[in-house]
Amino acid sequence: MAKNSARDIEVKAFATHQIITQPNPLRKVLRRVDKKDMDDPIARAEQALADLSGEFKIWMTTEVNRLSSAYVAIRNDGFTKGRRDELFHAAHDIKGDAATFGFPAAAGAAESLCRILEHAPDLERVPAELFTHHINAILAIVHENTKLDSISVSAELSRRLRKVADDYLADVNRDRPEHLEVILAPSIVPAE
Amino acid sequence: MFRIDFNKLRFLVCDDNPHMRRILRTLLHSFGAREVYEAEDGATALEMYSHYVPDIVITDWAMPIFDGLELAQMIRQPDSKGNPYAPIIMLTGHSEKRRVTVARDAGVTEFLAKPISAKGLYQRILNVVASPRPFIKTKTYFGPDRRRNTNSAYMGPERRVGEKHEVLQQPSLLDKARSSI
Repeated sequence: MAKNSARDIEVKAFATHQIITQPNPLRKVLRRVDKKDMDDPIARAEQALADLSGEFKIWMTTEVNRLSSAYVAIRNDGFTKGRRDELFHAAHDIKGDAATFGFPAAAGAAESLCRILEHAPDLERVPAELFTHHINAILAIVHENTKLDSISVSAELSRRLRKVADDYLADVNRDRPEHLEVILAPSIVPAE
Repeated sequence: MFRIDFNKLRFLVCDDNPHMRRILRTLLHSFGAREVYEAEDGATALEMYSHYVPDIVITDWAMPIFDGLELAQMIRQPDSKGNPYAPIIMLTGHSEKRRVTVARDAGVTEFLAKPISAKGLYQRILNVVASPRPFIKTKTYFGPDRRRNTNSAYMGPERRVGEKHEVLQQPSLLDKARSSI
């Protein structure tokens, strides 16, 4: 439904570029409502997510098992591009999903692991403990999340791992300014 | 105050992670959408894009076969037979500023960093529905206008010529960073 015909499209040509305008093809889906309108689609969606949350622990377990398997393959047979990518994707998915699933500290540790995989100049030379500490921490955070006091411990663990990883990355990238710039740049996602 | 009639919109969701697709489907259906098509890789998404002609594409970045960035570049082909103008919302775990810039330069309309929230997703959809930006075509770019604000004082290397200002060459931020180390 959202495509204008060619005659609706207006093109203004300039020396280096064209500006293309057209009537908003989605204007028909906008509806003006009274301020008293009680329908709240965001609240409805949040409730739907809350209804789904009973499954989050199972999903998270699947994600961390994938991460663990990816690392076992590397520990047994070394880094290849394929194995590195599988570990990165598993960590990257946890980084993106874990906070939604109720495990924000796991997201922090997974982000730290992603940064190592992305910015270490030679993965074979990264101390194995740096990987195992991250992976064990993510597993522990997910498995222990329901225990009392574990949430603040998880957050602290995640913060310390990030500090250790950042110190390592800053050191090994001291002669690679393009990586250093990215490592030191603040995230666009506000801190918890 | 405006509301979106989601039941009149057709969505294409592309994410290789089944859990994230389920979350997106749940959110979109709760907003009122009925037509939500799903793909787990960029190639399937491109095929579905041609077949279903969605109004809005929501895509992950990191995916097998080809990623969300390549998907955006393939959709934004000005001479393609399909619709090169559909809004593309990139929903990704990448959260570095340079990634936003790269996505923007691939023709992505909105960038939404995970973790996803109902509010964040709704606002991005409202933006693309209510405030579409004109498209710009240059030798190297075709996509929504990358300028969010009018800055008549801007004289950077990518200043467009032929409107009010001429181009002044300036070193990139990376060059500046290199020279200061």
